[in-house]
Amino acid sequence: MADSSSIPRHTGVVRVTHWLTTLCFLALLVSGVELVISHPRFYWGEAGNSNTPALFQLPIPASRGGVNTGYAYVLPDQNGWSRSLHFQSAWIVGATGLLYLLTGLKRGHFRRNLLPADFSWRALTQSLAEHLRFAAPADSGSYNVLQRITYLAVIFGLFPLMIWTGLAMSPGFTAAFPVTVTAFGGQQSARTIHFFVTLFLVLFVAAHVTMIALAGFRSRMRAMVTGRISQEPS
Amino acid sequence: MSQPSRRKLITAGLAGASGLAVAAKLAGDQGLLPPDAKGIYGPGEILNYATHRLVSRHAMAREFAPAQISNPPYVNGPPPKDETFLRHQSEGFANWKLTVDGLVALPAAFSLADLKSHPSRSQITHLACEEGWSYIAEWKGVPLSQVLELAGVKATAKYVVYFSLQGDWWDSVDLDEANHPQTLVAYGLNGGDLPVGNGGPLRMRVPRQLGYKSVKYITRLTVTDSLKGFGKGLGSASPEAGYSWYAGI
Repeated sequence: MADSSSIPRHTGVVRVTHWLTTLCFLALLVSGVELVISHPRFYWGEAGNSNTPALFQLPIPASRGGVNTGYAYVLPDQNGWSRSLHFQSAWIVGATGLLYLLTGLKRGHFRRNLLPADFSWRALTQSLAEHLRFAAPADSGSYNVLQRITYLAVIFGLFPLMIWTGLAMSPGFTAAFPVTVTAFGGQQSARTIHFFVTLFLVLFVAAHVTMIALAGFRSRMRAMVTGRISQEPS
Repeated sequence: MSQPSRRKLITAGLAGASGLAVAAKLAGDQGLLPPDAKGIYGPGEILNYATHRLVSRHAMAREFAPAQISNPPYVNGPPPKDETFLRHQSEGFANWKLTVDGLVALPAAFSLADLKSHPSRSQITHLACEEGWSYIAEWKGVPLSQVLELAGVKATAKYVVYFSLQGDWWDSVDLDEANHPQTLVAYGLNGGDLPVGNGGPLRMRVPRQLGYKSVKYITRLTVTDSLKGFGKGLGSASPEAGYSWYAGI
């Protein structure tokens, strides 16, 4: 693979953690959707149920009979394995994230590759405009400013918030660390935020995959698998 | 990627795997392995249970102010319709009994009046169902630890199994959870008797775990040192339906 026409792009740790995270994300998303289906109503505060007003309700049928969805049928209930898959994937993605974080800090990955080097609002608006035109991005060999800000937001914003709101729904964990849940104003608030963070992550993945396709799907996939990228324009 | 760092990654992976094996052995010795530790989701079950036992063994579930009580208390599904339950209901539950057997010095059967004659505990706690809904209510009952003390739990005991009059419901908790001051044999709700819709006349109340551990219509407690002889040996009816035995998550 190390032919003269290709240059290094992603380190081994970045590639391994990227694909482990991808697998876990898919598992968490599928099982998370299953869990939401059993009660597709969302609330704010500590407690909420079919007797209390909902913040909003998803216009979908449910997998349990306790919710008035307006649909005449109840979907098959798949919560058992979904819960187990959800927590097991959460452990794996948590450990993966920790490995990525520690090696990234040690090797200066965040400082070098993700912190916007010479940030300016002009560069940001220019980058934003290019993205909105769905222009094929030029490969400058490093991430553009919008990309850097987005990755930082996902890594240091959405992922920690996801873990935190997940822990805030655990009666055992919040018994030991009540502030985990009181910081959000209650267990139901944490559940609702958990749901919205999911939406943002799905949005991120959609944008991420779109950009990969625009930049050249084969070369970018090759870079994230083998670690090297072709020097020729893709 | 350079060769040394790949070698490092493989070494780290192997070290991690053998570390996990050692951790699993230690966890077993320390009573940190749940009864449903086997199978494809076993690692997750072990990590959840062991972590919680390490960080929150004695932690108290959050309690709430009276103003936060959900009104009306949420009723999840109808009460049992079978003849035995209806007969008990028509008798005002005067003949309802909670038997205690297994590894105890004095097997006993308590009526509701017996249970109510012992010092009670009231607590306003959150009941969260694994589905996503929840409600807050004031629960009143005898701490399970007190019932166990009356029966005299033997030193070899590890779990308390509890059975419902309702169909196939049964569950169990470890002795930490059973002796926790907030684990109640509950007979009261929001100042009155526990309504049948919420599990009356008698319900286990385990506020540090999800709702399904708080089994309704309980009639029997068995103290045991092993869960192998109960059902499929997974500790509860829930794992048999794919759910975790430890539900503090």
